[in-house]
Amino acid sequence: MNYSLLLPEIFLLLWTLFIFVLDFFWDKSKTHSLGWLSLLGLGITAGLLFGSGKGNLFGNMFLSDGFSFYFKLVFLSAAFLAILSSIDFVKKIDKYRGEYFGLILLSTLGMMFLCSAGELITLYIALELTTIPLFVLAAYLKSDSRSAEAGIKYVILGAISSAILIYGISIIYGLTGATDLALIQFSLASQHLKFGALGPALIFGIIFFIAGFGFKLALVPFHVWAPDVYQGAPTPITAFLSVASKGAGLAAFVRIFFVSFNVFQPDWVMIIAVLASLGMILGNIVALMQTNIKRMLAYSSIAQIGYILIGVVAFSWRGISSLSFYMFAYLFANMGAFIGAITFSNVTGSDEIKDYAGLSRKSPGLALCMTVFLLSLVGIPPLAGFVGKYYIFASAIERGHIGIVIIAILTSVIALYYYVGVVREMYFRKSEKEFSFSIPFSLKLALFICVIGVLLAGLFPTPFIDAATQAAQVFYYW
Amino acid sequence: MLESSWLIPLLPLLAFGTIVFFTNRNPRLSSYISIGAVCASFALSVPVLFEVLQNPVASEFKFTWIDLKGFTIQMGILIDPLTAVMLMVVTIVSMLVHIYSVGYMAGDPRFSRYFSFLSLFTFAMLGLVLSNNFFEIFIFWELVGLTSYLLIGFWFEKKVAADAGKKAFITTRTGDLGFLVGIFLLVSAAGTFNFQHIFHQIEAGHIPAGILTISAILIFAGAVGKSAQFPLHVWLPDAMEGPTPVSALIHAATMVAAGVYLVARAMSVYAASSSAALIVAIIGAFTAFLAASIGLVQNDIKRVLAYSTISQLGYMMLALGLGGLTAGTFHLMTHAYFKALLFLGAGSVIHAMHTNDIWEMGGLFPKMRITAITFIIASLSISGIFPLSGFWSKDEIFAVASGYPHPIFLIVAVLVAFMTSFYMFRLCFVTFFGKPRDQHKFEHAHESPRVMTIPLMILAFLSIFAGWVGIPWLHKGYSSFVFFHHPHHAEPKIWLMLISTVVALSGIGLAYLIYYKGAISADKIKRKFAFPYKVLFNKYYFDELYSAIIIKPIIGLANLLFKFDLGIIDWLVNAFGNFCVFLSEVKEWFDSHIVDGGVNGLGWIFKKSGSYLRKIQTGDLSNYILIIFFGILLIIIFKIGL
Repeated sequence: MNYSLLLPEIFLLLWTLFIFVLDFFWDKSKTHSLGWLSLLGLGITAGLLFGSGKGNLFGNMFLSDGFSFYFKLVFLSAAFLAILSSIDFVKKIDKYRGEYFGLILLSTLGMMFLCSAGELITLYIALELTTIPLFVLAAYLKSDSRSAEAGIKYVILGAISSAILIYGISIIYGLTGATDLALIQFSLASQHLKFGALGPALIFGIIFFIAGFGFKLALVPFHVWAPDVYQGAPTPITAFLSVASKGAGLAAFVRIFFVSFNVFQPDWVMIIAVLASLGMILGNIVALMQTNIKRMLAYSSIAQIGYILIGVVAFSWRGISSLSFYMFAYLFANMGAFIGAITFSNVTGSDEIKDYAGLSRKSPGLALCMTVFLLSLVGIPPLAGFVGKYYIFASAIERGHIGIVIIAILTSVIALYYYVGVVREMYFRKSEKEFSFSIPFSLKLALFICVIGVLLAGLFPTPFIDAATQAAQVFYYW
Repeated sequence: MLESSWLIPLLPLLAFGTIVFFTNRNPRLSSYISIGAVCASFALSVPVLFEVLQNPVASEFKFTWIDLKGFTIQMGILIDPLTAVMLMVVTIVSMLVHIYSVGYMAGDPRFSRYFSFLSLFTFAMLGLVLSNNFFEIFIFWELVGLTSYLLIGFWFEKKVAADAGKKAFITTRTGDLGFLVGIFLLVSAAGTFNFQHIFHQIEAGHIPAGILTISAILIFAGAVGKSAQFPLHVWLPDAMEGPTPVSALIHAATMVAAGVYLVARAMSVYAASSSAALIVAIIGAFTAFLAASIGLVQNDIKRVLAYSTISQLGYMMLALGLGGLTAGTFHLMTHAYFKALLFLGAGSVIHAMHTNDIWEMGGLFPKMRITAITFIIASLSISGIFPLSGFWSKDEIFAVASGYPHPIFLIVAVLVAFMTSFYMFRLCFVTFFGKPRDQHKFEHAHESPRVMTIPLMILAFLSIFAGWVGIPWLHKGYSSFVFFHHPHHAEPKIWLMLISTVVALSGIGLAYLIYYKGAISADKIKRKFAFPYKVLFNKYYFDELYSAIIIKPIIGLANLLFKFDLGIIDWLVNAFGNFCVFLSEVKEWFDSHIVDGGVNGLGWIFKKSGSYLRKIQTGDLSNYILIIFFGILLIIIFKIGL
């Protein structure tokens, strides 16, 4: 047994406990500085991750391969940015500042297990470990009714989606007698059965999986929680939810569907294609009408998951490679946009898009950063989002899925309108209110990292695409 | 050492960034940063030259920029003798112009911005000469064009300056379009952007002759625009509206020579297509003659120099077109030094007199000795007087021209040499000798500060001696250094050198008689040849011609299209936009009313209890749950039903 594969996870767990314990003894007025310690822990975890080998542990319960490595890096980066952008933010909270950071780390730990899980029970437990801290975090601003509302909605809907997922797990277990992903594939394939031939049971099982993960991914029609929760939760948590939580769901989803259910690929790919298209259409059109930037970004992220799932629809190694790369580009652009919104609301107390008027004159740096992030989300060259979209569309066209690419391109045009709408406010409208902008160091650093990430992955995509291709090679055997 | 030569262009870029983002409020510091960067680039270029001198082969360093499996774009640097020579020319002239500008631009409100532009230009120009492929060279090609535009229109409050910038940009872009198509054509045939790979394929005969000729001509179109050759030469004289040091750096020594450099770099292409090469030679010779003849009668000191530049660039093209890589690039180098000196000298005079008109100057020699002496040295050099730089490089061009079977090229070259020495000394005599014509301005004239005269003296030194590396009897001289296939230059011919000297001296003599002695009256000649004079004075009416046959029809067409746009296209776009907004509103309404309401089957109750989702929280949550289950149900029905 090579326990060293688990070293990054073990370390992160100990570090999280360390943060929780330290919170008791720390000077209460300075607990926000625990954030810096949490960042250190994430950094060390990433270092250990680079050092850890490849292989599996406890049978196939825990897989450490290129795919999990890539996604763990995405989660750690997202957690890093979320904590960095929270350090200033938690000063607003009176109590339990230390726990705030600890809970983010705990959720990150869950995500790391989730993308490494090679077996359904492990996967389910990891999913719960990911989600439960997020329930708490969404409701962290207890005195704010919006935040409380977000928390309660998230808990109830999360519980229901978990129930659906575990129902699906039990059906699949009943059909195959296995929880190991590879064994499930073997069992289903060895029966040489068509999708419908096992009776409705298999259909129910697979659709329950889609529904369960669809909740995590905010996939239409399981997205209903997202706008309310995104708007109500503390903004750094929203950013974390929109990137890391989605990424975790995506990683587990890809692993299950590309391994266990790959025999029935033509059947479920159709469902995903329809749901992804619905996501792109609904997300983009409703985002058009939003006046609140967090709600706008919530709908935009519903649309973005549609684009990401095009990589799944392609069902090829290039598809996985492209969705992994897209996830990376999306990480910096979307986190960046949320961090920009955090910075703005810290100063002005507002999340309304119309209040962004004249920002280019009050804080040219912030306006420029926001513009870079929004344009990357649209997919304008030479930013990361452009390469991501180009690559993901190419992977789908290669496999003959022209229809979904046409929908994606048309909805991108709609997306351009509302993303650039913010840019228009910032650059071409005069402001009515006067603010003096002083941006704290932690937020400046976070914005800087995101801008560099967006530019780097856009101008020099090759190393990132190579890394994503290595991640995809885990499934590259057909 | 060669591996780190990517630092050479990078330093000015860093200076640009630093000035723009950090030090633009501090003019003095900004200029120091800019000068420091270009000096460091120069210091890094010197060892490159020595390394290449010892081992004159091409070294290439590259990395893959974009790899799309099957289509890769690489970036990198190519260092060969030609690059090394260009690095020296660009860094030396740029460095001296930077220093000179501290004096010339003193007190300008946009001092920092000026230096940031100079740094950006230096970066782009160095990147251009270091490029190892067509993709990269095109990027830098456009970047130098952009900085040229920014600097010509630097004093944009003056409408003429803003217009001149626009004219330069649009005119050169016309040529660039051809350049771009030429690149695409050549690359689609060769399958790579890389210079060396393309040239190897051409030499191996893998590329069809037709494609080669067409792409060679199209690439030359880019060079015609940048190097202000006929018929795209009209922008360069107007570009003189920019600050004079900029004219010296960009519009005399370096950027306009980029076209010549491009043809030299792509010599393999022209060597493989004799018809394209002949076109280059003809355009070069024609431009040299045309511009020199216009230069005879202009009254603005900078415009005379501008036409002189066009004419000398024509010389270089002529040499390259006849296969004289050595002659063309050698003249490029010597010309860079003496033409930069002429412009900086003119700048010094303008700085003192606050006018460009030579007929308001006169008798400045005793007042501005350093400026006058260095200006005369440069004039002697450009006229081709033994043993100054210009003599050796012009002799090299004559030798190439005499090698062509038909004597026409040699005759044109000799005629141009005569006109050159005449108009240069017309300038010298009118400006520095004789009686002051405007007493008031004369009294205020003074020698320029040290920071301006020292660059003049260094350039004067180079104008005399830089050409000595190309003395034809040297065994390891310029011609064995920058070569194409084989060390190559025409045999030195004593009779050609004699002709060249006699022609130059007679040009100077005629200028002496007319403008110093007054032995021949200029006015009489003017009256006798009234018509040719008028044509020359109005620059063969090219501007008017272009305005009538190109610009006015285009504006007319544009107006027409604009009306079409406004009336029909815009209406369609707006209609479509309104339609989308309408759809979105329908969707929004659908979302908040039908979907949410319809799901629980009690839409009307939902409507009554408030049309906004947020207002009824408990109802909301159960709606959400219903949507999820309804969604699952739909998918299952859809799946089993099929």
